[in-house]
Amino acid sequence: MSFLNHLINGISLGSIYAIIALGYTMVYGIAKMLNFAHGDVIMVGGYMCFCATTYLGWPPIAGVLLAVVVCTVLGVVIERLAYKPLRMAPSLAVLITAIGVSYFLQNAALLIWGSSTKSFSSVVGGDPIQLFGGQLTITRVTIVTIVACIVIMIALTLFTGKSKMGTAMRAVSEDKGAAQLMGINVNTTISLTFAIGSGLAAIAGVLLCSAYPTLLPTTGSMPGIKAFTAAVFGGIGSIPGALLGGILLGVIEIFAKAYISTQLSDAIVFAVLIVVLLVKPDGLLGKRVSEKV
Amino acid sequence: MAMLEVTSLGISFGGLRAVDELSMKIEEGGLVGLIGPNGAGKTTVFNMLTGVYRPTDGGIRLDGQNLIGKKPHDICKMGVARTFQNIRLFANLSVLDNVKTGLHNEITYTLAESLLHLGSYRKKEHAMDGRAMELLDVFGLGSVADYKAANLPYGKQRKLEIARALATDPKLLLLDEPAAGMNPNETEELMETIELVRKKFGVTVLLIEHDMKLVSGICEYLYVLNFGRLLAEGTPSEVLKNPEVVTAYLGE
Repeated sequence: MSFLNHLINGISLGSIYAIIALGYTMVYGIAKMLNFAHGDVIMVGGYMCFCATTYLGWPPIAGVLLAVVVCTVLGVVIERLAYKPLRMAPSLAVLITAIGVSYFLQNAALLIWGSSTKSFSSVVGGDPIQLFGGQLTITRVTIVTIVACIVIMIALTLFTGKSKMGTAMRAVSEDKGAAQLMGINVNTTISLTFAIGSGLAAIAGVLLCSAYPTLLPTTGSMPGIKAFTAAVFGGIGSIPGALLGGILLGVIEIFAKAYISTQLSDAIVFAVLIVVLLVKPDGLLGKRVSEKV
Repeated sequence: MAMLEVTSLGISFGGLRAVDELSMKIEEGGLVGLIGPNGAGKTTVFNMLTGVYRPTDGGIRLDGQNLIGKKPHDICKMGVARTFQNIRLFANLSVLDNVKTGLHNEITYTLAESLLHLGSYRKKEHAMDGRAMELLDVFGLGSVADYKAANLPYGKQRKLEIARALATDPKLLLLDEPAAGMNPNETEELMETIELVRKKFGVTVLLIEHDMKLVSGICEYLYVLNFGRLLAEGTPSEVLKNPEVVTAYLGE
Protein backbone atom coordinates (compact mmCIF):
# COMPACT_ATOMS: atom_id res chain seq x y z
CA MET A 1 0.00 0.00 0.00
CA SER A 2 2.88 2.35 0.68
CA PHE A 3 3.98 1.67 -2.90
CA LEU A 4 0.65 3.04 -4.16
CA ASN A 5 0.99 6.00 -1.84
CA HIS A 6 4.46 6.81 -3.19
CA LEU A 7 3.24 6.37 -6.75
CA ILE A 8 0.42 8.88 -6.26
CA ASN A 9 2.75 11.36 -4.60
CA GLY A 10 5.22 10.87 -7.42
CA ILE A 11 2.58 11.53 -10.07
CA SER A 12 1.48 14.63 -8.18
CA LEU A 13 5.01 16.03 -7.91
CA GLY A 14 5.57 15.03 -11.52
CA SER A 15 2.44 16.94 -12.55
CA ILE A 16 3.97 20.10 -11.09
CA TYR A 17 7.22 19.43 -12.96
CA ALA A 18 5.21 18.82 -16.13
CA ILE A 19 3.35 22.15 -15.85
CA ILE A 20 6.66 23.98 -15.35
CA ALA A 21 8.32 21.98 -18.14
CA LEU A 22 5.62 23.20 -20.54
CA GLY A 23 6.92 26.73 -20.15
CA TYR A 24 10.47 25.65 -20.97
CA THR A 25 9.45 23.50 -23.87
CA MET A 26 7.07 26.00 -25.51
CA VAL A 27 9.52 28.87 -25.27
CA TYR A 28 12.28 26.65 -26.60
CA GLY A 29 10.10 25.44 -29.45
CA ILE A 30 9.16 28.93 -30.57
CA ALA A 31 11.94 31.30 -29.56
CA LYS A 32 14.70 28.64 -29.65
CA MET A 33 16.03 29.79 -26.29
CA LEU A 34 16.32 28.33 -22.81
CA ASN A 35 14.59 30.64 -20.39
CA PHE A 36 16.41 29.87 -17.16
CA ALA A 37 14.46 32.58 -15.37
CA HIS A 38 11.36 30.41 -15.73
CA GLY A 39 11.94 28.70 -12.37
CA ASP A 40 11.97 32.05 -10.59
CA VAL A 41 8.66 33.05 -12.11
CA ILE A 42 7.25 30.11 -10.12
CA MET A 43 8.63 31.66 -6.95
CA VAL A 44 7.06 35.03 -7.80
CA GLY A 45 3.74 33.23 -8.31
CA GLY A 46 4.09 31.63 -4.90
CA TYR A 47 4.82 34.96 -3.16
CA MET A 48 1.94 36.69 -4.93
CA CYS A 49 -0.54 34.09 -3.75
CA PHE A 50 1.03 34.17 -0.27
CA CYS A 51 0.71 37.97 -0.02
CA ALA A 52 -2.87 37.96 -1.27
CA THR A 53 -4.08 35.29 1.12
CA THR A 54 -1.96 36.09 4.19
CA TYR A 55 -1.54 39.88 4.17
CA LEU A 56 -4.67 40.93 2.31
CA GLY A 57 -6.89 38.13 3.52
CA TRP A 58 -8.16 37.32 0.05
CA PRO A 59 -9.81 33.95 -0.60
CA PRO A 60 -7.42 31.35 -2.08
CA ILE A 61 -8.95 31.43 -5.55
CA ALA A 62 -8.39 35.21 -5.78
CA GLY A 63 -4.79 34.61 -4.68
CA VAL A 64 -4.29 32.11 -7.48
CA LEU A 65 -5.79 34.51 -10.02
CA LEU A 66 -3.54 37.35 -8.83
CA ALA A 67 -0.50 35.07 -9.13
CA VAL A 68 -1.47 34.08 -12.67
CA VAL A 69 -2.07 37.67 -13.78
CA VAL A 70 1.15 39.02 -12.24
CA CYS A 71 3.27 36.18 -13.63
CA THR A 72 1.75 36.46 -17.11
CA VAL A 73 2.58 40.16 -17.20
CA LEU A 74 6.01 39.49 -15.70
CA GLY A 75 6.77 36.88 -18.39
CA VAL A 76 5.82 39.26 -21.19
CA VAL A 77 7.81 42.12 -19.64
CA ILE A 78 10.91 39.94 -19.18
CA GLU A 79 10.69 38.89 -22.82
CA ARG A 80 10.26 42.47 -24.05
CA LEU A 81 13.03 44.01 -21.95
CA ALA A 82 15.61 41.25 -21.71
CA TYR A 83 15.22 38.85 -24.64
CA LYS A 84 13.64 40.79 -27.50
CA PRO A 85 16.64 43.12 -27.99
CA LEU A 86 18.76 39.96 -28.35
CA ARG A 87 16.63 38.31 -31.05
CA MET A 88 19.51 38.46 -33.53
CA ALA A 89 22.26 37.83 -30.96
CA PRO A 90 24.09 34.51 -30.60
CA SER A 91 22.27 32.03 -28.38
CA LEU A 92 25.00 32.12 -25.74
CA ALA A 93 24.27 35.81 -25.08
CA VAL A 94 20.57 35.02 -24.60
CA LEU A 95 21.41 32.14 -22.26
CA ILE A 96 23.59 34.34 -20.06
CA THR A 97 20.90 37.03 -20.03
CA ALA A 98 18.38 34.42 -18.87
CA ILE A 99 20.65 33.44 -15.99
CA GLY A 100 21.02 37.13 -15.17
CA VAL A 101 17.24 37.60 -15.11
CA SER A 102 16.99 34.58 -12.81
CA TYR A 103 19.39 36.10 -10.28
CA PHE A 104 17.67 39.45 -10.62
CA LEU A 105 14.31 37.94 -9.70
CA GLN A 106 15.75 35.99 -6.76
CA ASN A 107 17.48 39.03 -5.34
CA ALA A 108 14.50 41.28 -5.91
CA ALA A 109 12.42 38.79 -3.92
CA LEU A 110 15.08 38.79 -1.21
CA LEU A 111 14.85 42.59 -0.99
CA ILE A 112 11.06 42.66 -0.91
CA TRP A 113 10.23 39.67 1.27
CA GLY A 114 13.49 39.09 3.15
CA SER A 115 15.38 35.88 3.65
CA SER A 116 13.16 34.31 6.28
CA THR A 117 11.07 31.33 5.33
CA LYS A 118 7.41 32.11 4.85
CA SER A 119 4.99 29.35 5.61
CA PHE A 120 2.50 29.02 2.84
CA SER A 121 -1.01 27.92 3.70
CA SER A 122 -2.36 25.52 1.12
CA VAL A 123 -4.91 26.93 -1.32
CA VAL A 124 -6.77 23.64 -1.16
CA GLY A 125 -8.38 23.15 2.23
CA GLY A 126 -10.06 20.09 3.68
CA ASP A 127 -8.92 16.88 5.32
CA PRO A 128 -6.96 14.23 3.45
CA ILE A 129 -9.04 11.48 1.91
CA GLN A 130 -8.71 8.10 3.64
CA LEU A 131 -8.99 4.98 1.53
CA PHE A 132 -8.79 1.26 2.37
CA GLY A 133 -9.58 1.84 6.02
CA GLY A 134 -6.91 4.47 6.53
CA GLN A 135 -4.10 2.58 4.83
CA LEU A 136 -3.98 5.03 1.94
CA THR A 137 -4.19 8.77 2.57
CA ILE A 138 -4.31 11.22 -0.27
CA THR A 139 -4.25 14.96 0.37
CA ARG A 140 -6.64 17.09 -1.58
CA VAL A 141 -3.76 19.15 -3.04
CA THR A 142 -2.45 15.96 -4.64
CA ILE A 143 -5.73 15.38 -6.41
CA VAL A 144 -6.13 19.02 -7.46
CA THR A 145 -2.56 19.02 -8.83
CA ILE A 146 -3.08 15.93 -10.96
CA VAL A 147 -6.44 17.18 -12.27
CA ALA A 148 -4.99 20.63 -13.04
CA CYS A 149 -2.15 19.03 -14.97
CA ILE A 150 -4.52 16.92 -17.07
CA VAL A 151 -6.81 19.88 -17.82
CA ILE A 152 -3.87 22.10 -18.80
CA MET A 153 -2.40 19.43 -21.06
CA ILE A 154 -5.68 18.89 -22.93
CA ALA A 155 -6.36 22.61 -23.28
CA LEU A 156 -2.86 23.32 -24.55
CA THR A 157 -2.84 20.43 -27.00
CA LEU A 158 -6.15 21.65 -28.46
CA PHE A 159 -4.89 25.22 -28.51
CA THR A 160 -1.65 24.54 -30.38
CA GLY A 161 -3.16 21.90 -32.62
CA LYS A 162 -6.44 23.47 -33.63
CA SER A 163 -6.59 27.22 -33.13
CA LYS A 164 -5.24 29.79 -35.53
CA MET A 165 -2.89 31.22 -32.91
CA GLY A 166 -1.61 27.72 -32.24
CA THR A 167 -1.04 27.25 -35.97
CA ALA A 168 0.80 30.58 -36.03
CA MET A 169 2.99 29.36 -33.14
CA ARG A 170 3.90 26.18 -34.97
CA ALA A 171 4.60 28.18 -38.12
CA VAL A 172 6.90 30.59 -36.25
CA SER A 173 8.65 27.64 -34.64
CA GLU A 174 9.46 26.22 -38.08
CA ASP A 175 10.43 29.32 -40.04
CA LYS A 176 10.18 32.82 -38.56
CA GLY A 177 10.94 34.55 -41.85
CA ALA A 178 8.34 32.72 -43.89
CA ALA A 179 5.76 33.10 -41.10
CA GLN A 180 6.29 36.86 -41.10
CA LEU A 181 5.71 36.99 -44.84
CA MET A 182 2.42 35.15 -44.33
CA GLY A 183 1.28 38.08 -42.19
CA ILE A 184 2.02 36.53 -38.81
CA ASN A 185 3.38 38.99 -36.26
CA VAL A 186 6.36 37.06 -34.88
CA ASN A 187 6.86 39.33 -31.86
CA THR A 188 3.23 38.99 -30.77
CA THR A 189 3.44 35.23 -31.17
CA ILE A 190 6.58 35.02 -29.02
CA SER A 191 4.98 37.29 -26.38
CA LEU A 192 1.93 35.04 -26.32
CA THR A 193 4.16 32.02 -25.75
CA PHE A 194 5.87 33.70 -22.81
CA ALA A 195 2.50 34.78 -21.44
CA ILE A 196 1.11 31.23 -21.51
CA GLY A 197 4.32 29.71 -20.10
CA SER A 198 4.50 32.22 -17.24
CA GLY A 199 0.81 31.95 -16.41
CA LEU A 200 1.28 28.19 -16.10
CA ALA A 201 4.38 28.77 -13.95
CA ALA A 202 2.20 30.73 -11.50
CA ILE A 203 -0.22 27.81 -11.22
CA ALA A 204 2.72 25.44 -10.72
CA GLY A 205 4.14 27.77 -8.06
CA VAL A 206 0.90 27.84 -6.09
CA LEU A 207 0.51 24.05 -6.31
CA LEU A 208 4.15 23.47 -5.35
CA CYS A 209 3.89 25.73 -2.30
CA SER A 210 0.60 24.11 -1.32
CA ALA A 211 2.23 20.68 -1.35
CA TYR A 212 5.57 21.75 0.19
CA PRO A 213 4.54 24.78 2.27
CA THR A 214 7.79 26.70 2.60
CA LEU A 215 8.47 29.79 0.57
CA LEU A 216 11.92 31.30 0.00
CA PRO A 217 13.40 33.50 -2.74
CA THR A 218 15.19 30.37 -4.00
CA THR A 219 12.09 28.18 -3.90
CA GLY A 220 11.77 28.16 -7.68
CA SER A 221 15.30 27.34 -8.69
CA MET A 222 15.50 23.61 -7.92
CA PRO A 223 12.03 22.76 -9.29
CA GLY A 224 12.91 24.96 -12.28
CA ILE A 225 16.07 22.97 -13.00
CA LYS A 226 14.23 19.68 -12.51
CA ALA A 227 11.43 20.78 -14.82
CA PHE A 228 14.02 21.77 -17.40
CA THR A 229 15.48 18.30 -16.96
CA ALA A 230 12.00 16.86 -17.44
CA ALA A 231 11.56 18.86 -20.66
CA VAL A 232 14.86 17.55 -22.03
CA PHE A 233 14.05 14.06 -20.76
CA GLY A 234 10.77 13.99 -22.68
CA GLY A 235 12.17 15.72 -25.76
CA ILE A 236 12.44 19.49 -25.65
CA GLY A 237 9.94 21.28 -27.89
CA SER A 238 7.33 18.54 -27.48
CA ILE A 239 4.23 19.13 -25.31
CA PRO A 240 3.44 15.42 -24.66
CA GLY A 241 7.17 15.02 -23.99
CA ALA A 242 6.97 17.59 -21.19
CA LEU A 243 4.10 15.66 -19.62
CA LEU A 244 5.83 12.29 -19.87
CA GLY A 245 9.20 13.67 -18.72
CA GLY A 246 7.64 15.52 -15.79
CA ILE A 247 5.62 12.57 -14.49
CA LEU A 248 8.53 10.13 -14.85
CA LEU A 249 10.89 12.50 -13.10
CA GLY A 250 8.45 13.03 -10.22
CA VAL A 251 7.89 9.30 -9.76
CA ILE A 252 11.60 8.49 -9.93
CA GLU A 253 12.36 11.21 -7.36
CA ILE A 254 9.73 10.03 -4.87
CA PHE A 255 10.70 6.36 -5.26
CA ALA A 256 14.38 7.21 -4.85
CA LYS A 257 13.53 9.14 -1.67
CA ALA A 258 11.37 6.33 -0.33
CA TYR A 259 13.41 3.26 -1.20
CA ILE A 260 17.01 4.36 -1.68
CA SER A 261 18.06 7.53 0.06
CA THR A 262 16.59 10.95 0.73
CA GLN A 263 19.94 12.66 0.32
CA LEU A 264 20.77 10.88 -2.91
CA SER A 265 17.37 11.35 -4.56
CA ASP A 266 18.39 14.37 -6.63
CA ALA A 267 21.60 12.68 -7.73
CA ILE A 268 19.60 9.66 -8.84
CA VAL A 269 17.17 11.85 -10.80
CA PHE A 270 19.98 13.49 -12.73
CA ALA A 271 21.81 10.18 -13.22
CA VAL A 272 18.68 8.82 -14.92
CA LEU A 273 18.64 11.87 -17.17
CA ILE A 274 22.25 11.24 -18.20
CA VAL A 275 21.52 7.61 -19.02
CA VAL A 276 18.43 8.50 -21.06
CA LEU A 277 20.30 11.13 -23.03
CA LEU A 278 23.14 8.69 -23.75
CA VAL A 279 20.68 6.20 -25.18
CA LYS A 280 18.23 8.64 -26.76
CA PRO A 281 19.91 12.00 -27.28
CA ASP A 282 16.69 13.72 -28.43
CA GLY A 283 14.73 12.70 -25.34
CA LEU A 284 11.94 10.16 -25.09
CA LEU A 285 9.53 11.82 -27.53
CA GLY A 286 11.99 14.10 -29.30
CA LYS A 287 12.15 14.15 -33.06
CA ARG A 288 15.33 12.97 -34.68
CA VAL A 289 16.10 15.53 -37.35
CA SER A 290 18.54 14.27 -39.92
CA GLU A 291 20.26 16.91 -41.97
CA LYS A 292 19.96 16.63 -45.70
CA VAL A 293 23.40 16.32 -47.23
CA MET B 1 -1.80 55.49 -61.28
CA ALA B 2 0.15 52.27 -61.36
CA MET B 3 -0.52 49.71 -58.63
CA LEU B 4 3.12 49.23 -57.76
CA GLU B 5 5.52 52.10 -58.25
CA VAL B 6 9.19 51.60 -57.55
CA THR B 7 11.31 54.72 -57.88
CA SER B 8 15.13 54.75 -58.01
CA LEU B 9 15.33 51.92 -55.51
CA GLY B 10 18.77 51.03 -54.20
CA ILE B 11 20.37 48.98 -51.45
CA SER B 12 23.96 48.55 -50.29
CA PHE B 13 25.38 45.76 -48.19
CA GLY B 14 28.56 47.30 -46.84
CA GLY B 15 30.49 48.24 -49.96
CA LEU B 16 28.38 46.12 -52.29
CA ARG B 17 25.72 47.93 -54.26
CA ALA B 18 23.27 45.07 -54.78
CA VAL B 19 20.53 47.08 -56.46
CA ASP B 20 20.91 50.56 -57.88
CA GLU B 21 18.51 53.12 -59.36
CA LEU B 22 15.78 50.61 -60.14
CA SER B 23 12.45 52.05 -61.28
CA MET B 24 9.45 49.91 -62.17
CA LYS B 25 5.74 50.44 -62.71
CA ILE B 26 3.21 47.65 -62.63
CA GLU B 27 -0.41 48.25 -63.59
CA GLU B 28 -3.25 46.52 -61.81
CA GLY B 29 -3.95 43.09 -63.28
CA GLY B 30 -0.58 42.94 -65.03
CA LEU B 31 1.69 39.92 -65.32
CA VAL B 32 5.22 41.18 -65.30
CA GLY B 33 8.54 39.34 -65.33
CA LEU B 34 11.79 40.29 -63.65
CA ILE B 35 14.69 38.52 -65.35
CA GLY B 36 18.44 38.68 -65.33
CA PRO B 37 21.55 36.53 -64.87
CA ASN B 38 22.33 34.88 -61.54
CA GLY B 39 23.34 37.36 -58.89
CA ALA B 40 21.71 40.30 -60.67
CA GLY B 41 19.73 41.25 -57.54
CA LYS B 42 16.28 39.93 -58.43
CA THR B 43 15.54 38.22 -55.13
CA THR B 44 16.96 41.26 -53.32
CA VAL B 45 14.26 43.33 -55.06
CA PHE B 46 11.61 40.91 -53.75
CA ASN B 47 13.10 41.14 -50.26
CA MET B 48 12.82 44.93 -50.41
CA LEU B 49 9.27 44.81 -51.73
CA THR B 50 8.21 42.56 -48.85
CA GLY B 51 10.05 44.47 -46.12
CA VAL B 52 12.64 41.80 -45.36
CA TYR B 53 15.37 44.27 -46.37
CA ARG B 54 15.11 47.98 -45.88
CA PRO B 55 16.25 49.82 -49.03
CA THR B 56 19.10 52.29 -48.63
CA ASP B 57 17.35 54.73 -50.94
CA GLY B 58 14.41 55.10 -53.28
CA GLY B 59 10.71 54.55 -52.82
CA ILE B 60 8.12 51.79 -53.07
CA ARG B 61 4.43 52.60 -53.29
CA LEU B 62 1.52 50.19 -53.46
CA ASP B 63 -1.66 51.93 -54.56
CA GLY B 64 -0.05 55.17 -53.48
CA GLN B 65 0.80 53.92 -49.97
CA ASN B 66 4.42 53.94 -48.90
CA LEU B 67 5.93 50.52 -48.07
CA ILE B 68 9.41 51.61 -46.99
CA GLY B 69 10.12 50.93 -43.32
CA LYS B 70 7.03 48.77 -42.84
CA LYS B 71 7.33 45.38 -41.16
CA PRO B 72 6.97 42.27 -43.36
CA HIS B 73 3.75 41.19 -41.62
CA ASP B 74 2.23 44.65 -42.12
CA ILE B 75 3.18 44.67 -45.81
CA CYS B 76 1.55 41.26 -46.06
CA LYS B 77 -1.64 42.74 -44.59
CA MET B 78 -1.47 45.59 -47.12
CA GLY B 79 -1.69 43.04 -49.90
CA VAL B 80 1.73 41.76 -50.97
CA ALA B 81 2.35 38.01 -50.83
CA ARG B 82 5.23 35.93 -52.09
CA THR B 83 6.70 32.52 -52.68
CA PHE B 84 10.34 31.59 -52.29
CA GLN B 85 13.09 30.51 -54.65
CA ASN B 86 13.95 27.56 -52.43
CA ILE B 87 10.62 26.34 -51.10
CA ARG B 88 9.93 27.51 -47.55
CA LEU B 89 6.80 25.69 -46.52
CA PHE B 90 6.21 24.82 -42.87
CA ALA B 91 7.46 21.29 -43.49
CA ASN B 92 6.03 19.63 -40.38
CA LEU B 93 2.62 21.27 -40.58
CA SER B 94 -0.18 19.67 -42.57
CA VAL B 95 -0.99 20.98 -46.03
CA LEU B 96 -4.21 22.46 -44.63
CA ASP B 97 -2.45 24.17 -41.72
CA ASN B 98 0.09 25.70 -44.11
CA VAL B 99 -2.74 27.45 -45.95
CA LYS B 100 -4.35 28.40 -42.63
CA THR B 101 -1.23 30.33 -41.60
CA GLY B 102 -1.94 32.52 -44.62
CA LEU B 103 -5.48 33.11 -43.39
CA HIS B 104 -4.09 34.32 -40.07
CA ASN B 105 -5.20 37.92 -40.46
CA GLU B 106 -8.43 37.10 -42.22
CA ILE B 107 -10.29 35.73 -39.26
CA THR B 108 -10.04 37.19 -35.80
CA TYR B 109 -11.06 35.98 -32.42
CA THR B 110 -9.69 36.69 -28.99
CA LEU B 111 -7.38 34.50 -26.98
CA ALA B 112 -10.13 34.01 -24.38
CA GLU B 113 -12.53 32.74 -27.03
CA SER B 114 -10.04 30.15 -28.21
CA LEU B 115 -9.05 29.00 -24.73
CA LEU B 116 -12.64 28.65 -23.62
CA HIS B 117 -13.73 27.09 -26.91
CA LEU B 118 -16.74 29.32 -27.27
CA GLY B 119 -19.25 28.68 -30.05
CA SER B 120 -18.11 31.73 -32.01
CA TYR B 121 -14.57 30.33 -31.99
CA ARG B 122 -15.70 27.01 -33.42
CA LYS B 123 -17.69 28.76 -36.10
CA LYS B 124 -14.72 30.89 -37.10
CA GLU B 125 -12.29 27.98 -37.12
CA HIS B 126 -14.78 26.05 -39.21
CA ALA B 127 -15.05 28.94 -41.66
CA MET B 128 -11.25 29.04 -41.84
CA ASP B 129 -11.07 25.33 -42.65
CA GLY B 130 -13.67 25.89 -45.37
CA ARG B 131 -11.75 28.75 -46.94
CA ALA B 132 -8.49 26.81 -46.82
CA MET B 133 -10.08 23.74 -48.42
CA GLU B 134 -11.56 25.87 -51.21
CA LEU B 135 -8.11 27.21 -52.01
CA LEU B 136 -6.57 23.75 -51.93
CA ASP B 137 -9.23 22.45 -54.30
CA VAL B 138 -8.39 25.17 -56.82
CA PHE B 139 -4.86 23.77 -56.92
CA GLY B 140 -5.96 20.14 -56.89
CA LEU B 141 -4.49 19.66 -53.42
CA GLY B 142 -7.76 18.91 -51.63
CA SER B 143 -7.09 15.18 -51.49
CA VAL B 144 -3.74 15.65 -49.70
CA ALA B 145 -4.92 18.24 -47.14
CA ASP B 146 -3.92 16.03 -44.19
CA TYR B 147 -0.44 15.19 -45.49
CA LYS B 148 2.60 16.77 -43.94
CA ALA B 149 3.82 19.45 -46.36
CA ALA B 150 7.27 17.83 -46.43
CA ASN B 151 5.80 14.63 -47.89
CA LEU B 152 4.36 16.26 -51.01
CA PRO B 153 6.14 15.84 -54.34
CA TYR B 154 8.10 18.85 -55.51
CA GLY B 155 5.61 20.19 -58.05
CA LYS B 156 2.81 20.09 -55.47
CA GLN B 157 4.96 21.84 -52.87
CA ARG B 158 5.39 24.69 -55.37
CA LYS B 159 1.63 24.83 -55.86
CA LEU B 160 1.03 24.75 -52.11
CA GLU B 161 3.36 27.72 -51.69
CA ILE B 162 1.27 29.67 -54.20
CA ALA B 163 -1.95 28.59 -52.43
CA ARG B 164 -0.52 29.67 -49.06
CA ALA B 165 0.47 33.06 -50.49
CA LEU B 166 -3.01 33.52 -52.00
CA ALA B 167 -4.60 32.77 -48.64
CA THR B 168 -3.37 36.16 -47.42
CA ASP B 169 -5.71 37.71 -50.02
CA PRO B 170 -3.02 39.69 -51.86
CA LYS B 171 -3.35 42.37 -54.51
CA LEU B 172 0.18 41.70 -55.66
CA LEU B 173 1.66 38.22 -55.84
CA LEU B 174 5.43 37.86 -56.10
CA LEU B 175 6.64 34.51 -57.44
CA ASP B 176 10.36 33.81 -57.01
CA GLU B 177 11.46 31.32 -59.69
CA PRO B 178 8.27 29.27 -59.61
CA ALA B 179 9.51 26.94 -62.36
CA ALA B 180 12.91 26.21 -60.76
CA GLY B 181 13.63 22.50 -60.86
CA MET B 182 10.52 21.66 -62.85
CA ASN B 183 10.47 19.49 -65.95
CA PRO B 184 8.89 20.85 -69.18
CA ASN B 185 5.51 19.23 -68.42
CA GLU B 186 5.38 20.66 -64.92
CA THR B 187 6.37 24.08 -66.29
CA GLU B 188 3.53 23.87 -68.79
CA GLU B 189 1.12 23.05 -65.98
CA LEU B 190 2.53 25.91 -63.89
CA MET B 191 1.89 28.40 -66.69
CA GLU B 192 -1.74 27.32 -66.70
CA THR B 193 -1.88 27.63 -62.91
CA ILE B 194 -0.52 31.18 -63.00
CA GLU B 195 -3.06 32.19 -65.66
CA LEU B 196 -5.82 30.60 -63.60
CA VAL B 197 -4.73 32.35 -60.42
CA ARG B 198 -4.70 35.68 -62.18
CA LYS B 199 -8.20 35.27 -63.54
CA LYS B 200 -9.79 33.62 -60.54
CA PHE B 201 -8.25 35.78 -57.81
CA GLY B 202 -7.73 38.97 -59.82
CA VAL B 203 -4.20 39.41 -58.56
CA THR B 204 -1.37 41.29 -60.18
CA VAL B 205 1.69 39.06 -60.63
CA LEU B 206 5.38 39.88 -60.64
CA LEU B 207 7.61 36.88 -61.20
CA ILE B 208 11.30 36.13 -61.28
CA GLU B 209 12.16 33.40 -63.75
CA HIS B 210 14.99 31.90 -65.76
CA ASP B 211 12.82 29.69 -67.93
CA MET B 212 12.53 31.76 -71.13
CA LYS B 213 9.69 29.64 -72.42
CA LEU B 214 7.60 30.54 -69.38
CA VAL B 215 8.65 34.17 -69.44
CA SER B 216 7.92 34.73 -73.11
CA GLY B 217 4.81 32.58 -72.91
CA ILE B 218 2.89 34.42 -70.19
CA CYS B 219 4.55 37.71 -69.22
CA GLU B 220 3.19 40.89 -70.75
CA TYR B 221 6.13 43.04 -69.85
CA LEU B 222 9.69 42.38 -68.72
CA TYR B 223 12.30 44.14 -66.67
CA VAL B 224 15.88 42.93 -67.13
CA LEU B 225 18.29 43.35 -64.25
CA ASN B 226 22.07 43.03 -64.57
CA PHE B 227 24.55 43.75 -61.75
CA GLY B 228 21.75 45.42 -59.82
CA ARG B 229 20.89 47.87 -62.56
CA LEU B 230 18.06 47.96 -65.02
CA LEU B 231 19.46 46.80 -68.35
CA ALA B 232 16.30 46.84 -70.46
CA GLU B 233 12.53 46.80 -70.26
CA GLY B 234 9.70 46.15 -72.68
CA THR B 235 7.53 43.39 -74.11
CA PRO B 236 9.15 39.93 -74.16
CA SER B 237 9.73 39.97 -77.92
CA GLU B 238 11.46 43.37 -77.75
CA VAL B 239 13.56 42.51 -74.75
CA LEU B 240 14.72 39.09 -75.87
CA LYS B 241 15.94 40.56 -79.18
CA ASN B 242 17.86 43.32 -77.40
CA PRO B 243 21.58 42.66 -78.07
CA GLU B 244 22.58 43.90 -74.58
CA VAL B 245 20.27 41.37 -72.95
CA VAL B 246 21.61 38.57 -75.11
CA THR B 247 25.16 39.57 -74.17
CA ALA B 248 24.32 39.66 -70.45
CA TYR B 249 22.94 36.14 -70.60
CA LEU B 250 25.31 34.50 -73.07
CA GLY B 251 28.45 36.63 -72.91
CA GLU B 252 30.19 38.29 -75.84
